[in-house]
Amino acid sequence: MSVKEIYKSMNYGPAPESDVEARAWLSAHKKKFDLFIGGKWVKAGGKAFASTNPADGKNLASISMASKTDVAKAVKAAEAAGPGWRALSGHARAKYLYALARLVQKHARVLAVLETLDNGKPIRETRDIDIPLVARHFYHHAGWASLLDSELPDYEPHGVIGQIIPWNFPLLMMSWKIAPALAAGNTVVMKPAEQTPLTALYFAELCMQAGLPAGVVNIITGDGSTGAAIVAHKGISKIAFTGSTGVGKLIRKSTAGTGKEITLELGGKSPFIVFSDADLDSAIEGVVNAIWFNQGEVCCAGSRLLVSEAIADKFYKKLKRRMDKLRVGDPLDKTVDMGALVNQTQLNNIETMLANGLKEGGEIYQANIPLPEKGCFMRPTLITNMDTACTLMREEIFGPVMVSMTFRTPDEAVQLANNTRYGLAASIWSENINTALDIASRVKAGVVWVNSTNQLDAAVGFGGMRESGYGREGGREGMLAYLKPKGGEDKPLVALKPAKLKSGTPQTSIDRTAKNYVGGKQARPDGNSVMPVVSPSGQLVGEVGRGNRKDIRNAVEAATKATKWSSSTAHLRAQIIYYIGENLDARKDEFAARLKAMTGCTIAKARREVEQSIERLFFYAGFADKFDGAVHAPPVRDIAIAMNEPLGIVGIVAPQDAPLLGFVSLLAPVIATGNRAVIIPSDIYPLAATDFYQVLETSDVPAGVVNIITGEHDVLTPTLAEHEEVAGLWYFGKAGGVAGVEAASISNLKQVWSHKEKQIGWANTYGRRFMEKATQVKNIWVPYGA
Amino acid sequence: MSIVRNPGIPLDLKHVKGIQINRSALERRAATMGTRRSVKKDYQTAWLLKAITLIDLTTLAGDDTDGRVKRLCAKARNPVRREVLEALGAADLDIKPGAVCVYNNFVGTAVQALAGSGIPVAAVSTGFPAGHTPLGTRLAEIRASVKAGATEIDIVIERHMALNEDWRALYNMVAKCREVCGDAHIKVILGTGELGTLTNVAKASMVSMMAGADFIKTSTGKESVNATLPVSLVMVRMIREYLEMTGYKIGYKPAGGIGDAKTALVYMILMKEELGNGWLEPDLFRIGASSLLSDIERQLEHRATGRYAARHHQPLV
Repeated sequence: MSVKEIYKSMNYGPAPESDVEARAWLSAHKKKFDLFIGGKWVKAGGKAFASTNPADGKNLASISMASKTDVAKAVKAAEAAGPGWRALSGHARAKYLYALARLVQKHARVLAVLETLDNGKPIRETRDIDIPLVARHFYHHAGWASLLDSELPDYEPHGVIGQIIPWNFPLLMMSWKIAPALAAGNTVVMKPAEQTPLTALYFAELCMQAGLPAGVVNIITGDGSTGAAIVAHKGISKIAFTGSTGVGKLIRKSTAGTGKEITLELGGKSPFIVFSDADLDSAIEGVVNAIWFNQGEVCCAGSRLLVSEAIADKFYKKLKRRMDKLRVGDPLDKTVDMGALVNQTQLNNIETMLANGLKEGGEIYQANIPLPEKGCFMRPTLITNMDTACTLMREEIFGPVMVSMTFRTPDEAVQLANNTRYGLAASIWSENINTALDIASRVKAGVVWVNSTNQLDAAVGFGGMRESGYGREGGREGMLAYLKPKGGEDKPLVALKPAKLKSGTPQTSIDRTAKNYVGGKQARPDGNSVMPVVSPSGQLVGEVGRGNRKDIRNAVEAATKATKWSSSTAHLRAQIIYYIGENLDARKDEFAARLKAMTGCTIAKARREVEQSIERLFFYAGFADKFDGAVHAPPVRDIAIAMNEPLGIVGIVAPQDAPLLGFVSLLAPVIATGNRAVIIPSDIYPLAATDFYQVLETSDVPAGVVNIITGEHDVLTPTLAEHEEVAGLWYFGKAGGVAGVEAASISNLKQVWSHKEKQIGWANTYGRRFMEKATQVKNIWVPYGA
Repeated sequence: MSIVRNPGIPLDLKHVKGIQINRSALERRAATMGTRRSVKKDYQTAWLLKAITLIDLTTLAGDDTDGRVKRLCAKARNPVRREVLEALGAADLDIKPGAVCVYNNFVGTAVQALAGSGIPVAAVSTGFPAGHTPLGTRLAEIRASVKAGATEIDIVIERHMALNEDWRALYNMVAKCREVCGDAHIKVILGTGELGTLTNVAKASMVSMMAGADFIKTSTGKESVNATLPVSLVMVRMIREYLEMTGYKIGYKPAGGIGDAKTALVYMILMKEELGNGWLEPDLFRIGASSLLSDIERQLEHRATGRYAARHHQPLV
């Protein structure tokens, strides 16, 4: 087109970013890559596969498939590097991370182009968002390395971390994983996604340039089989995974009982809520950044648009007009808003899902804009008039498709927002601070953006609730995911067996059968059967209900109804827990006698256990209103509030030993943080717990906050572990149970915390860790500006 | 001009009070205006030529003289050197600025100097830049400017009306000026740098349009903060809102602070993205500037020769 023609049309022309440097790098490697193990390139045992450019379908390079043997090699290298790396001072590790940050900045352009070539996302995003954030993560975590000894002195690294990342933000996800792991003193085996391995391989060279000790970072390419080999490898202490909920569940199941820690950052169907008092034009731009950022291939994409019915028509009209302004095309073109989907499979999946979904209803609008003739491109899509039953409203699409419905009131907005199995992010648009913060506190999401969306920073934790996974990346909460408390238990846990009954007469004069405690009431067990409690010497001490799955069901139902506890003030919870302590103190002799009779310990030991239990109640009562959140400092004009929120309903299986202290040590932090508990006491010595409900009854504990079901651990635990209303499970019960609990937890990805089959000395086991495990951090970004 | 003039509508206070502006969100959007779009090579040439046609070539200084105004008008007649235009294949595009903008006292000089060029003369009136003279004096000033041949009148609002949210007073004042302008187009300067909040900017924009503004304009160039991208985003969104409400197209004029070609391109991108190509024409978009022209000339010369150009090679504005 001539200047004169352009002058008349005033169109945009092509503005391509040069890919010369990136392609030169590929050519320098003869477009063929090995594995990065132990600081050098190593030939893989498996066969090679191609990495392609989704914008034109052409091969970019031949990539090595790491076999099981290669995984073992990488783990070995990481293990070998571990002691040296963790022995370095924090400052020494910081220098390496700082060097990596600088190197990423110095190579920013070629990394951005390479990422765009491999993934298909627009160069504007890799240039302005992905790569700068990568550098930011290394800078931020260089700082954590320096501060580790002073800020987190009671923690130590896990060892070798297996890290598996997705294709949507290849280098960014790699930095989110590697930077904190290294800062904490771990070494890593990293597997980038098979669709997008190139920037990770480039990063391997940056590690060499930074002089990073061999084996600290190992980058091995491959598909799901490689990932599975990493997950299965015994030398790996922790798996950090970002990807689909389906694979996340597989990882949880396959690591069950192995003692491996896992953090999962999974899928989402995050609500984008627009109130009638929002700045609607700005909210429209919010939608653009929520669902047409990165082609909608974003785990935290605001993909469920909930609009106030009062302004819905106006909003949709504005949105459609805005969609027609979007530009989809060559990802290397600087004027493009949306590039190519990652591959043809992804495009086909989305289109099939759309075609099927629309049969259930909804009106589709696709941007009235041209698409390139070839390549994996798709039009920005809006589907309105959806309802909650629609598949498209419920399932993650992972593409540029926004689905929408309307709401009438703030309460209904919350109900709709939370009507999902996911809980990753939420975006809330209102100019009323009361509305915005109210909804922010009530929506189930690990990250909440007020009047903004897809804000990401290394200083602010990111991660989900529910089936969006657990663990946080970024900020202090993210560092904790790569650390464990120093020391720790190492004696294996021994299962206690009930003693043989020798004398059948209980020592009480009136027959007393302890009941379950459900919804604030004593409840006879559903099966109407009891089990004996026998002292080690064979004396019948009493009887308790033999609970079954229906008792667990009833207890969880009761806990479900006690929602007020979770929104009550910390001061109120503290008062009630103090009161429990006070009432226990009033009956301490009785409890001591019971412990002595049940366990056969000395009266002095029994008294000590009761005293310690009272102390523990006071400890967590005292902690209730001091377990503060934080205000993070991201580099934008925002108040980023990190709030500690209760998980919801927490199932507890109390230890077989320490029948009162173990029970109280677990129950107190769970309810102090606002959870409702369903607790299964020791199945050998349960009477201290059933006596305890009388203490609860006199202590103003609201109905349903604490529910106690007695019975055998093996029988009751599976129901609790599978129950989909239960958000967390603390298993400290009978030896041998952890594997089953962890495997069963995948039903709703409840967070499991356990003794890991180790003997715990309850006298000295308490502290902040318990508060952390009972909560999840919600980060609320609140931009401000008059 | 094919644009139907905005006759104004009755003041709709309910609408004005319902306006919501989120500053942070606006700033985020504004920050990506120049990063989401880009014009290169011949496209940049064409866009820069277009930019010249959008300039209200302006001199508004205490030391203005007839000689200064005449020189500005001469520059307006020949904004780009002939040989540069020829090299760019744009010699017959009739590139000339949108208007020459002067104080009332120099309208006559400008009209005479521009005779036959087709370039309109715009006058700043109404007690520019503070607007704190008696209304009668200001209206008389408008009449005088129109009589002297100005076809565009840039008025300033009384900022206190916006700061005190006395929207009816503002409406009445603008409507009166509009009436006195007659056939001359009225550009309403909001003095955005002195309105305190973007919400006030939005509301003042909306009230001015309801009162019959043909253009809304950011600033006098005399405030400490003049045109900015967030302010512009607010104002053009209000123009869009008014268009949806009434069907009338209102023009936009950022002034002050747009001194180089690159910034001018970002503003043009903003207009195209938020309002469409109609707002890339001088009947709906003007940029109040003077030094901007020299920078555009240099960029055009660079496009023509491949060499980076010197300032002193461009005839002084």
